Amino acid sequence: MRPPASFVVPRGLHPGAWWLWALGLATAASRTRNPVLLLLIAAVAGCVVAARRTEAPWAKAYATFLKLGLVVIAIRVVLQSLFGLPLPGHVLLTLPAVDLPSWAAGVRIGGPVTREEIAAAAYDGLRLATLLCCLGAANALANPFRLLRCLPGALYEAGVAVVVAMSFAPQAVTAVGRVRAARRLRGRPDRGIRALRGLAMPVLEGALERSVALAASMDSRGYGRSAGLPARTRRLTAGLVLAGLLGVCAGTYGLLDSSASGALGLPLLGAGAAFAVAGLTLGGRRVSRTRYRPDPWTGPEWLTVASGLIAAGAFVITGARSPAALAPSVAPLVVPPLPALAAVGALLAVLPAWLTPRPAPGHGTVHSGQPAAREPV
Amino acid sequence: MIDFDRVTVTYDGAPAPALTDVTLHVPEGELCLVIGRTGSGKSTLLGAVNGLVPHFTGGRLAGRVTVAGRDTRDHPPRELADVVGFVGQDPAAGFVTDVVTDELAYTMESIGLPPDVMRRRIEDTLDLLGLADLRDRPLATLSGGQQQRVAIGSVLTAHPRVLVLDEPTSALDPPAAEEVLAALQRLVHDLGLTVLLAEHRLERVVQYADRIVHVPGAGRPVEVDSPARVMATAPIAPPVVELGRLAGWDPVPLSIRDARRLAGPLRAQLGGAVPARRGRPPGAGVAEVRGLVAGYGSTVALRGIDLVLRRREVVALMGRNGAGKSTLLGSLVGLLRPRAGTVTVDGLAPYRQPPREVVRRIGLVPQDPTDLLYAETVAAECAQADADAAEPGRTGGRGSAAEPGRTRDLLDRLAPGIDGRAHPRDLSEGQRLALALAIVLASTPPILLLDEPTRGLDYGAKARLAAVLADLADRGHAVLLATHDVELAADVADRTIVLADGEIVADGPTRDVVTQSPSFAPQVAKILAPDPWLTVTDVRSALNRG
Repeated sequence: MRPPASFVVPRGLHPGAWWLWALGLATAASRTRNPVLLLLIAAVAGCVVAARRTEAPWAKAYATFLKLGLVVIAIRVVLQSLFGLPLPGHVLLTLPAVDLPSWAAGVRIGGPVTREEIAAAAYDGLRLATLLCCLGAANALANPFRLLRCLPGALYEAGVAVVVAMSFAPQAVTAVGRVRAARRLRGRPDRGIRALRGLAMPVLEGALERSVALAASMDSRGYGRSAGLPARTRRLTAGLVLAGLLGVCAGTYGLLDSSASGALGLPLLGAGAAFAVAGLTLGGRRVSRTRYRPDPWTGPEWLTVASGLIAAGAFVITGARSPAALAPSVAPLVVPPLPALAAVGALLAVLPAWLTPRPAPGHGTVHSGQPAAREPV
Repeated sequence: MIDFDRVTVTYDGAPAPALTDVTLHVPEGELCLVIGRTGSGKSTLLGAVNGLVPHFTGGRLAGRVTVAGRDTRDHPPRELADVVGFVGQDPAAGFVTDVVTDELAYTMESIGLPPDVMRRRIEDTLDLLGLADLRDRPLATLSGGQQQRVAIGSVLTAHPRVLVLDEPTSALDPPAAEEVLAALQRLVHDLGLTVLLAEHRLERVVQYADRIVHVPGAGRPVEVDSPARVMATAPIAPPVVELGRLAGWDPVPLSIRDARRLAGPLRAQLGGAVPARRGRPPGAGVAEVRGLVAGYGSTVALRGIDLVLRRREVVALMGRNGAGKSTLLGSLVGLLRPRAGTVTVDGLAPYRQPPREVVRRIGLVPQDPTDLLYAETVAAECAQADADAAEPGRTGGRGSAAEPGRTRDLLDRLAPGIDGRAHPRDLSEGQRLALALAIVLASTPPILLLDEPTRGLDYGAKARLAAVLADLADRGHAVLLATHDVELAADVADRTIVLADGEIVADGPTRDVVTQSPSFAPQVAKILAPDPWLTVTDVRSALNRG
């Protein structure tokens, strides 16, 4: 049997699918302090990124987040050994301790550092680092522009504003380079605090001029066309969305806070979501615009999301059955166990590396031919 | 198709109307060219067609503008998007998305066309404008001509009946301008689109126009007629028309081809006369470049350049976009560190010097002169430049110490009558260039570099710039200007250097270099070839002598 076209034709996977997959992995990571499982999750995310990323600028996000994660681990370990509460165990080294006055009791600076407390800090740091890796993977794989295009019609205006803002950043960088060069041309220093004001004004003025030009262009290209609708409908839409979002917030709080009654949380969440959806649908109905080639949601998307959710599910189940397997003891320090269910769940999440279509060549790829004709002044 | 009925536009707070009592009818399928000096109201006229004036810009429009039967009074620009396609001066500033196909789809999405129609129209438009290879490219990586074509395509997908373009080729090098104009020609001929187009570079577009609207500005009435009639008297005209007027050809020719067919008698009349040797004997070398390799990022833009700049000499630096012109200028003023080879300016390596030392030896007016300006008024800008130039601690002791008012004097010489209270960004392109030039000259650098100085300048401003540059060379400056404008180079440069792909492919007297290559030859040279005439002024003085 040959695979269906949606698996074979190169294309970008729906960005929402990548985000749900990454959130599934992140949920799994947040459930455990087991370093073996955490490393496994980070490796799975890295493997999928390596197989399915594009040449686009955001595709480098995984490496950036990975480095950030390593920094987090280092900071966590250093802070623990300097200020952390001591855990009894094998002393690795003894830092010079500072004697603090009695009113600062409970605060420790320096003193003995044990293997156990280093391990505990490293496990904690690793969990955070793995969460960052999952975020990095989502950022690297999902095209932010296409993600914004998936917003419901009622949020379309907000989406456009974000796209415009996103394109502003790289232009501002170019502009700063140009203006700094120009300062040199006037014989002024191009570094330091004094240079800052001279830099900011031209860059901001340029940005302002550009936004006016952009607004003119958008207006003459039909942006906000036939948006005229009765004030009553507009108020109803706004009211529904606002009430819905409040409901969702309150409901989530009720679900997550163990002291609140769970019976209250779930219905509130459901009602909030219903209100918000009704508002967005009503608001979207007035928008007479259409979408060019919306990203389809087909087999590969379902598979990707499923693999992420299975990983999360495997960890949740393992956590319920044998909590010790997910939180290995540090005092005494033991070799972390490898619970089979969680490991298999995490490994399943690597499937999108093969089962999704290859990314289309193009977006972000600079083809041969004309180089990007951008020179410094 | 487009009707203006006694239209007068007055912007808020403006003492006089920007456009006075314009009555105009553009029939369907016509390519109509709008000409006029900078600040004469061309852009206002164009903006009024799709209602940007006054719906977006503010101000008051008296009279009536109708497009395809829709009155702009009741239809704001967004409601006219399916009838009028409007492309502004800077195409990149109007891009809403990041990829070519998405940008092409944007207008259709706003109008609400069904997806299958969008798919079909995008493929059509990609083919029509030759963009098929670029379909998935990010917009930021496109060249200027490609961006302009995408901008045109992005409004064409809505199938408008009128296309309005504000200076579509001013910022482009000659090949890119050809690309865009060829695309426009196809639209007019194949789709019967009505095109309204404003352009300073008349030599590029005037032969394509069916009709010319001359906006003289200052409240005088708008003149609408066939190109030959308008060109016979208009104060702004390309060299081919100037030559036609000089030789008394009637009707005046608009294209090289027409002129060449009429030029036989003139060539005979000029006979074997040779153009008067112009220029000054060049002085001592002040800047020297040896084996220069430079670039930015992973790109090597210059691959071994050897060059000497001498006093009393104007040098034109030509070559297509990306050939390395700006990199060479940047290396000369020390913005870029050479990767190999040496740059010596007045005995020093500029990239090792503090900026203040560099500007006393070499000045650069960048492509966008606005980058140099950051004070709130022209007067403050001049005062700041005086203060910078007078800063103590200078080593060379070159020239006189800058006295207060020096920059203002320079400015008055370059462009008289600029209000000191005006904001630099409110000046016209030509005035802004003059201000930037005055600021750079305030430190009396012996070497002056200009990067694309004629962008957005009309013929009058260009002629003034040429006179200023010639005067500077007479006073002993070395001038190097990077330009696409072959007419300016022919007019003012003693020597021309052609860069291609980071290497010098030609370096010699302008007359020899530009007549050898069709893409760099000015119009007069093409008309009178094989005789070595470059400018109308040359021909005029020869005729007067003979």
